[in-house]
Amino acid sequence: MSQSADRPLSPHLQVYQPQLTSVLSIMHRFAGLCLSIGAIVLAVWLVSAAMGPDAFAAVNGQMGTWYGHILLFLWTLALFYHLCNGIRHLLWDTGSGLDLNTTYVTGYIAVAAAIVLTVVAWVVAFV
Amino acid sequence: MQVRSPLARARGFGAAQNGTSHWWSQRISALALIPLTFWFVFSLVTHVGGDYAATVAWISAPTTVVLLIIYLAVTFYHSQLGLQVVVEDYVHHEWLKLGTRIILQFINVIVAVAAILSVLWISLGGA
Repeated sequence: MSQSADRPLSPHLQVYQPQLTSVLSIMHRFAGLCLSIGAIVLAVWLVSAAMGPDAFAAVNGQMGTWYGHILLFLWTLALFYHLCNGIRHLLWDTGSGLDLNTTYVTGYIAVAAAIVLTVVAWVVAFV
Repeated sequence: MQVRSPLARARGFGAAQNGTSHWWSQRISALALIPLTFWFVFSLVTHVGGDYAATVAWISAPTTVVLLIIYLAVTFYHSQLGLQVVVEDYVHHEWLKLGTRIILQFINVIVAVAAILSVLWISLGGA
């Protein structure tokens, strides 16, 4: 299992044209990683609320800044994208929708649904 | 008779023979997280921006306490399973892989317990 041998590898990421299938797949994983970090932030927020008004004001204040809002928006997008693409994965687990055409259609639907849900959530938040 | 030599079996080469439970747990937690996430996001966005007392009141409501604790537990469980797979995919040095997985497990448990206990603490009026 030695990884120290520096033998040359054939190019893969450098030459393979990105496709909806591969891009959405890695985005699903990337979104999941972002959500894991966001879950820790959520926990920090809850712990600060348990610690009292001062601690809460400090953490909540950071969420309310312009950069806090940007990060929260991106986190919401990651959340809904991971959710919609996750449903797509569960659909594949039942064995259906695995042909290329359906995969592309559901892929576009997942991305569109994620964007729509994110926008709706943020509109509701500010109304 | 087995094709694999006894030494190879002792060293752990070959198929793991388990992993189905991981696959199932990931799917079941994903399924549970679909409605839970919708509840969480839309409950959160209709209550954020309020002051400390309003936030505490929202967290202390019985529905919120129950659903939030379930949401947090399932989220951190699903996250742990996902992170485990990511580490196994990209980290190939045996001890680094094991160490990273252990650290991630510890972080997940600590953060999940902190978050859930905070919710209980708030709802029981300790804040």
